[in-house]
Amino acid sequence: MDLSGYSSLGEMLFHALSKNTDSPALIEADRDRESAVYTYGDMRRVVSTLTHALESRVSPGGHVAILMSNQSKWLLCASAIFWRGGVLVPLDYKLTPAEQIDLLTHSEAKVLFIEFPVYFRILREKYSFPPDVRIIVTEAPSKEKIAHERFEDLLSKAEAPEVTVAKKSRDDVACIVYSSGTGGTPKGCMLTHGNYLSQAQVLGTMFPIKPEDRYFSVLPTNHAIDFMCGFLLPLQFGSAIVHQRTLRPEYLATTMKKYGISHMALVPLLLKAFERKIKSELDAQPEWKRALVNAMMKVNRVVTARRPCHAFSKRLFAPIHEAFGGKLKLLFAGGAFVDASMAEFFYSIGLPVVIGYGLTEAGTVLTVNDLRPFRSDTVGKAIEGTTVELRDLNDQRIGEVWVQGPTIMKGYFKEPQLTEDAIVHGWLKTGDLGTVESSGHVKLLGRSKNMIVTEGGKNIYPEDVEASFESLDSAAEVCVFSSSYLWRGTSLTKEKLLMVVHAKDATEQSQVIAEIKERNHRLADYKRIDAILFWNKDFPRTASMKIKRNVLAEELKMQDANSIVEV
Amino acid sequence: MNTATVEQLMDIASKHFKVERATLTPDMDFFEKLGINSFQALGLLSEVEKNFHVEIPDYELQGVVTFAQLSDVIDSRK
Repeated sequence: MDLSGYSSLGEMLFHALSKNTDSPALIEADRDRESAVYTYGDMRRVVSTLTHALESRVSPGGHVAILMSNQSKWLLCASAIFWRGGVLVPLDYKLTPAEQIDLLTHSEAKVLFIEFPVYFRILREKYSFPPDVRIIVTEAPSKEKIAHERFEDLLSKAEAPEVTVAKKSRDDVACIVYSSGTGGTPKGCMLTHGNYLSQAQVLGTMFPIKPEDRYFSVLPTNHAIDFMCGFLLPLQFGSAIVHQRTLRPEYLATTMKKYGISHMALVPLLLKAFERKIKSELDAQPEWKRALVNAMMKVNRVVTARRPCHAFSKRLFAPIHEAFGGKLKLLFAGGAFVDASMAEFFYSIGLPVVIGYGLTEAGTVLTVNDLRPFRSDTVGKAIEGTTVELRDLNDQRIGEVWVQGPTIMKGYFKEPQLTEDAIVHGWLKTGDLGTVESSGHVKLLGRSKNMIVTEGGKNIYPEDVEASFESLDSAAEVCVFSSSYLWRGTSLTKEKLLMVVHAKDATEQSQVIAEIKERNHRLADYKRIDAILFWNKDFPRTASMKIKRNVLAEELKMQDANSIVEV
Repeated sequence: MNTATVEQLMDIASKHFKVERATLTPDMDFFEKLGINSFQALGLLSEVEKNFHVEIPDYELQGVVTFAQLSDVIDSRK
């Protein structure tokens, strides 16, 4: 695969959709039913029509947002935006309506593609769309009277004339991807066409996909991993992407079987659900069978010690592989720390989990485990073209991870100061603490900065959460940390979102707890506070009254982790 | 909130999660009270669909944390 000749994602996708005309590109399933299949030829026609429709709605370089759950229309709209030369703003459908509207406004999008349930929820909760955004609603029921354009009406127009792909350069911004919601400063990472093309080149070379492979898209496509593994790469290789509008385990299994899913990216939480399912079935077997499986796992580890051998492992563990459809070859774990023992378990049964490390600010991955050999205890080595360095090393050789390479974003949209703080002479300060082995493998130990990655793969910005808890009647000030950051002994995969509360009245702790519980109900689940630590002093603050988090954290580390109150 | 729907819903949840029916109330946070995560909650949704003969997209579970809220979603789909 050679992407060096392309100067934009639009060009790459145009070329990809011009090949393999009759092969399936997008398959949509829902509860054992197949609701849509687009061949590459179909996809090209629909994208041409949408591009034509965009020509009168947005100028090249204009911003176009998408607010949809995983589905074919996400990729169709994104492709059209790139063909038009627009800048894609992928918004998270799991955010609250208030957050979605705030980010939409901040992004300066001129057009929004939005699916009806998300659209309906925004209006039901009495939010309004920015007046200068043209809203295009997908799949609105015909009985619903809507005040905006219907997506289906765009497609029902006569066949679009053959469109041309707008000229862009590798240095032009392709996407603005938000890594934070409202409350804190919205951080729109401006990623260029060059960022994505470089990443696709490296990952496509490391993990090539065959045309007959099938990728199952279950992570949200606004997430960097699915955007790369569930959009750009499969289309580049001529394979198909399967979408399903439910994550319920019973439907996942049948879809994997029906379509012969070979690749999947998932968060550790879903991986854990798979592990539980396999282990519960193994536990139900007689003792001699369990012993046999354990012995086979050891044999598999020996045979695959240097690299995975799918054919061998599949023969050895046929019933387990069949339960996942029989074709599953690779699992990409993203968004959160992967428990090493879980990754070991999957590798032992011949289902390798590719563990990597990435930030929204730097594309999909900066480091990745190449499986040669498999390592469960690191996030792999820096990918080709990317350099990882540790700065401010302590006496244990632990330092802050800084990275430089072709996938580093151009900057934060409308935030030059934040950009200047994050990127220093071309080096992105990740805020993560780690070590680098002599072999180049990177181990992450925690986060020196504030960002918290949940078990579900969600990045949480404490300022964001704190903003949701502003003006609590019972609290003078609050500050949010990850429990694992304060007390290293706590496993990163069992972290809690901890709120340090300086109560107005130290004797009224029950009132604080009640208020926080009440606020929790209004928030997205990943933003909810798990536990409280009561604090009876003023927080240390800078001259501009910002909390000195590091100073406070050092004091908190001296506290007993058992003194927290779960809410 | 339709009382009949929420009562039937709590019956289903008590069987599905194997918890005492008497411990469930319409306004309790089932994530917190039952100690479940969002994937486990999706498992309940399948039971709900079978029993109420409705189809509920996963998306509808966004922001739903109590049986009363879930019963409203069910009723809106009937």
